[in-house]
This record gives sequence, C-alpha cells and structure tokens, in this order.
Amino acid sequence: MDALDRRLLDEFQRAFPLSPRPYAVLGERLGVAEAEVRRRLSLLQGQGVVSRVGAVFRPHSVGQSTLAALAVPDFDVERVAAIVNAFPEVNHNYLREHVTNIWFVVAAESVERVRDVLDAIHAATGYPPLDLPMIEDFHIDLGFPLQWT
Amino acid sequence: MDLSDRDLALVAVLADGLPLTERPFADIGIPIAMPEDEVIARIAAMTAAGVIRRFGVIVRHRELGYSANAMAVWNIPDERVAAIGALLADSPEVTLCYRRPRRLPDWPYNLFCMVHGRDRACVETIIKQLSLQHGLGGFQHAVLFSSKRFKQRGAVSGKVA
Repeated sequence: MDALDRRLLDEFQRAFPLSPRPYAVLGERLGVAEAEVRRRLSLLQGQGVVSRVGAVFRPHSVGQSTLAALAVPDFDVERVAAIVNAFPEVNHNYLREHVTNIWFVVAAESVERVRDVLDAIHAATGYPPLDLPMIEDFHIDLGFPLQWT
Repeated sequence: MDLSDRDLALVAVLADGLPLTERPFADIGIPIAMPEDEVIARIAAMTAAGVIRRFGVIVRHRELGYSANAMAVWNIPDERVAAIGALLADSPEVTLCYRRPRRLPDWPYNLFCMVHGRDRACVETIIKQLSLQHGLGGFQHAVLFSSKRFKQRGAVSGKVA
C-alpha cells in the first residue's frame, strides 16, 4: 500500500463528489488519471480493505434493525453461526468473548419482519436471541481517522 | 424526510456500493430505470436530510491493521445514560455509541460503545481511559472483544423495487 492508496482511503470517507464522473474528480485532487483511481479502488476492494464506495444510512431511516445475541456453548458455535449467516436479513455476525457470544445485526423492512427472523433463528438454532434494538444513537459518523505509522 | 418508492429503489441498489466505472451514478440507475441526474439528486437530498449519514469510501478496519475491536458495555442509571453516551460518542476512538434496552437477568447493560484499535492492549487502554475520564468506574461493565467475524456486509433493508 503506497501514499496514493492511503490518501484514497483517508480523504474520501465522506464528502465524496456527487458528480457524473466522481473518480475523475478524485483523480484531479490526487494528481492521477481517473482510470488509475478506479484501478486502485478495485485492488483495495479485492484485498478487502475497502468494503465499498457507498452510503452509510442513519439507523432506522430505511427499514428496521436490531442487534441480537445468543449464548452458545463452544462446541456448538460453528453450527449456530452458519445457520445465522444463512439468513439474508443478517448483515453482521461476530463471535465475542462472553457467555453471550454470537452477536449479529438483523435488518428488514419492518419491526414485525425483524421479530419473525429472530423467531426463526430461535427455532433453527435452539437458542433464544436477546433482542437489543437501538433506543438512542449518540454517535455522529465522520468516518474513521486512520493513523499511518 | 419521507422516502418515496423511488428513493427506496435507489437505496436497495446502493446496498452493494457504487460500481467503479466511469459513470457510476448512471450505471447504478440502469436496473431501476433511473437517470443519472435523478440518482445524484436523490443521493444529495437524502444526505442533506441526514438519511444518508455519509457517502464515500467505506473501509474495513480489520484489513487495515486495526485488528482488535471490542464492544464496551455499561449499566448506567437511566437518568444519566444520555449525558454519558454523548460524552463517550465524542471520543474519536469510539466508532459507535448506542443506548439499548437491558434484558434482565441475562443482560444488565444499556450503553454500548464500539472501540477499534491496532491490537488488544490498545483497545483495553482506550477503554480504561474512557472509564477514568468520565468517572464510569462505579458502574457495572463488560468488554466483549471480537474473536471472529462470520459476516460483514453493507446491506440495508430497502424495499426492493
């Protein structure tokens, strides 16, 4: 990863140009050709460093979601995680170090649908999910400042 | 802002991100028959209204060497949780800060913060400093490091047109 990659990652997490050829605008600011910007972003995406160029939505402005968690014994974690992952409404799923150890986000078009998915996960895994919907959001997302060492 | 069906159609195609093409706003509109200028105008309007919180390059912390992340949780009295949540959210190391319901007896915590760092020790130090700085030492508390990622996707649930 070189200086150009770092600038691409750092300087365009917000205020991305909403113009017909945005990668050309990035190229002008970085002093490289549009095609090079697209090539670099594609490589960074291939490496998994860039998730996507896109939008972060305010929670619950589009559809409904909840954070859910299961307390699953170690021997059963892989089986349960695979079942949870298979639901298209699940968009994050992490193992965490706690008795309540499988943590995932369920997003769907309505509260009722989110509830149905949690019920289906309960039925399919045998473990009852904790349903922890957001009550208040204190964070203002300005992207994440990267510190290069 | 009330989202129209056309906004929701756009939200749905945006879930996988903008293509890396010369005219990405034109290309992303094709499957929903939305012209480029309308795509841009709707994204701008949703951003201005705060429905889109930010639009840009979305990085994955773990692949950038921020390999440690923890969810720090506290049990804060209801009358104080908003003030303390606002203070914690102001720290640059805190990437998300939410109030959520307690689920007794299994889950007594109502304030959730995500903290990312280069390694586990970094994250532990950050959380200790936050606790000291804001006087949280007396509250019931847990730190849940993530040990494995099963899935990470940018999907939002739009009504698919």
